[in-house]
Amino acid sequence: MKPTETKDPEFYHRVVDCQYACPAHTPVPEYIRLIAARQYTEAYMVNWESNVFPGILGRTCDRPCEPACRRGRLSEQEEAVAICRLKRVAADHKGDIRQFMPKVPREKNGKKVALIGAGPASLTVVRDLAPLGYELDMFDEQAAGGGFMRSQIPAFRLPEEVLEEELGYILDMGVSSHFNHRVTSLRYILECDYDAVFVGSGAPRGRDLPDLPGRQPGAGNIHIGIDWLASVAFGHIRSIGPGVLVLGGGNTAMDCCRTSRRIGGDNVKVVVRSPFKDMKASAWEKDDAMAEDIPIIDNHVPLSFVVENGKLVGMTFDRVEAFYDAAGKRTLVSTGEAPVLFECTDVIIAIGQENAFPWIERDLDISFDQWDMPKIDPVTFQSTNPRVFFGGDAAFGPENIITAVAHGHQAAVSINLLCSGKPVAERPPPRVTLVSQKMGMHEWIYDSPVSDDKRFAVPHASKEKALQDRLLEVELGFDATQAFYEAQRCLNCDAQTVFTETRCIECDACVDVCPTDCLTFAVNDEENALRPRLTMAANNREQPLYVSAELPTRRVMVKDENICLHCGLCAERCPTAAWDMQKFLYNVSLAELS
Amino acid sequence: MTYLRPAFAHPDLPRNELGYTRKDYESALSTLCAGCGHDSISAAVVQACHETSIEPHKVAKVSGIGCSSKTPTYFLGNSHGFNSVHGRMPSVATGAAAANRELTYIGVSGDGDSASIGIGQFAHAVRRNVNMLYLVENNGCYGLTKGQDSATAEVGSRSKAGSVNQLAPIDLVSMALELGAGFVARSFSGDKAQLVPLIKAAIAHRGFALIDVISPCVTFNNNPGSTKSYDYVREHMNTTGHFDFVPMHQEITAQYPPGSSKEVTLHDGSSVHLHKLDDTIDPLDRRSALHALQEYKASGKILTGLIFMDEDSQDMHQVMNTCNKPLNQLTQSDLCPGNRVLQDINDSLR
Repeated sequence: MKPTETKDPEFYHRVVDCQYACPAHTPVPEYIRLIAARQYTEAYMVNWESNVFPGILGRTCDRPCEPACRRGRLSEQEEAVAICRLKRVAADHKGDIRQFMPKVPREKNGKKVALIGAGPASLTVVRDLAPLGYELDMFDEQAAGGGFMRSQIPAFRLPEEVLEEELGYILDMGVSSHFNHRVTSLRYILECDYDAVFVGSGAPRGRDLPDLPGRQPGAGNIHIGIDWLASVAFGHIRSIGPGVLVLGGGNTAMDCCRTSRRIGGDNVKVVVRSPFKDMKASAWEKDDAMAEDIPIIDNHVPLSFVVENGKLVGMTFDRVEAFYDAAGKRTLVSTGEAPVLFECTDVIIAIGQENAFPWIERDLDISFDQWDMPKIDPVTFQSTNPRVFFGGDAAFGPENIITAVAHGHQAAVSINLLCSGKPVAERPPPRVTLVSQKMGMHEWIYDSPVSDDKRFAVPHASKEKALQDRLLEVELGFDATQAFYEAQRCLNCDAQTVFTETRCIECDACVDVCPTDCLTFAVNDEENALRPRLTMAANNREQPLYVSAELPTRRVMVKDENICLHCGLCAERCPTAAWDMQKFLYNVSLAELS
Repeated sequence: MTYLRPAFAHPDLPRNELGYTRKDYESALSTLCAGCGHDSISAAVVQACHETSIEPHKVAKVSGIGCSSKTPTYFLGNSHGFNSVHGRMPSVATGAAAANRELTYIGVSGDGDSASIGIGQFAHAVRRNVNMLYLVENNGCYGLTKGQDSATAEVGSRSKAGSVNQLAPIDLVSMALELGAGFVARSFSGDKAQLVPLIKAAIAHRGFALIDVISPCVTFNNNPGSTKSYDYVREHMNTTGHFDFVPMHQEITAQYPPGSSKEVTLHDGSSVHLHKLDDTIDPLDRRSALHALQEYKASGKILTGLIFMDEDSQDMHQVMNTCNKPLNQLTQSDLCPGNRVLQDINDSLR
């Protein structure tokens, strides 16, 4: 193998599994260390700059970082660091952050941008462009900003004051918000004198089961999940019947069933087509639903709505079994048993949502693909009309908040490049620093000892109380002590093991001391030949090998990055400081640097 | 100061026949200087004991005084240990081996401990053919007292402070051969591929087994001009041949060209395979071994690997015809068999 090109920032970035997995590439270990040091305000600002909504995301994020967390790979019993809930700690315990907010210039730069939708993607664009002096007009059909963070995430998961606070930081940046204003024509917007238009209108259409028998006669008690959640959030719906069936296996279904439990649903069931393990909902969302006495009935495909005397009384389902072919593709096959009837008073359909752009005229040079989705560049978020950018669910279909934020940042970079007359494809490089953490013999700036603690559970409000009040937040968040111990579980994967081959005397000290057998002095070879013959075979091919240049004995140092604990023992046992622990800080470049 | 070893290990760590991983043979984190060769030797002992599935509670580690003699703290944390007096490890090991023949004895010593203050003890342990692995962690200097030349330093070797050694060195390997040792090897801490199988074979060998391991002192004797630095040893190292240890129940997998390899079966049924690199050396012949040592020394090379082995070696228990049971398992009736036995003895002498 060739020596690893560590000058390429993506190599060390990849080693920081959580940050690499995060769509917005938030420097996770950096803010976790700040939390352990009780510097909550600083921890919040590291987050805020990267993901804009730390308090909201600390409660609601889909957490792509946690399945990626190295700790989860260490043993079968070991779980990821509670990254998401630590983020919330920073938000809950922070001090006054107004002083750290970017200043919005009174004098504008003369460029105007329209933003369609006031959800996380558009708000991120505002956060990035307002401090640069852009004049921003934001339109949304709802009465207040936040998009699906407000309309679809129930208050018992995301209290309104948390939402309002973090929206406030953005809306106070001088954006002109036009709420209760539905944009019905993109042509009209384009004809106004905007330099660029950002479409962050989400995926607003909930899927229905229009052809199922009984759908029309039972319509009065059959609801579309996302619309129903929005109606509850805005106070238009205040109750539901006692028997509720929720169709669907995603997070929206979990929010619907738990909301139902709080506004009159005594007997709430989730019925899902797929096997339990294939459900799209996050594991913790399923756990929380089941903890509120909501059974999840899997392998049941809806057959019909049963309506008697003009009133919905139940649904019938076909029992199925899942079969998987060699490629893992699933087919659901009926067991042939008689249909099952579940009685109910209401049905909520939460089986997915779709994009819909009836308000975009098709002669505006914006190309649409075969699924009627706009063709968007995945890096610049530009449509085929160079002035129009898309982000969030509007760009590539339903995702999540953190993805919308990541889109918003990149779209803002593109808009700033466009308005500066530069090519949007020339992206600013990431901001990267690599700094030695050595303080002395066996002393590092970060806490190198590896904690043995198991993952701490976040305390919950009692079920009795929580089910009484739709607005009462169920999760209470870590207190400062729990947060400290959970933060100490972080392995500091951004403290990189940096090897300088010219200093190495090949004494084997690092190989001998490494607690997880990551290191090998080996005769060089192709990667496929090298991987199986290291100290421990490097079987996780998703994790890179770090290979040095040739050493005096004609061997190379090979490090399998897979389960390095970043404990620093290799560097502590190295007599010549050929190994060093260096903190790698990686920040995605925002519009201000483009 | 961290000195804390994380509890985590590689999740795929192999388990031996006893169900133990290598982690179960480790011990406290070393407090020796970073880069000390001794730590590599400790790691080699851990690897050898794990791979041969030795039960940790059936091993006794014995040592004297010095950097080398601290190392038993850093391997086999679940074994017995005795950190004895300077140069007196052989006596303690002899006594322990005499009292309980069922344990595996690993004596750890250094060049100061064995070639200076303990040289008389060393000689008699060899002579008595105590059933033990005797590891000399040889760095040519007194590392614990700031690097003065030791009795194994070569003439002309330059210390870190700049002084050149004038006194002739003691070669423990030649000495052990002269004194009749049944297993003699030399190795290098930086070459685990050679050292680990040597340790396995030395443990399997019945009788006294010496491995003189050149183990650079990174702090005081790893400078240019030293003949025991990492660089010097790597440049001057020659080996008798590739060496492989095969436990009794394992199949032989290594393939060597015919004629150049030798297979020796040990008393427990395991075997060693030697693929010779120098046809003039016969490691089963003591005179050939002594001659080869002299030849290599004269040409300024360091001969490593298995130097001599006598598979029919008779250890102390066989020579002295001691009882088969460990002393702590003897019962009252074994020790005091009664009047009838006394009468029998008396009758036999009439």
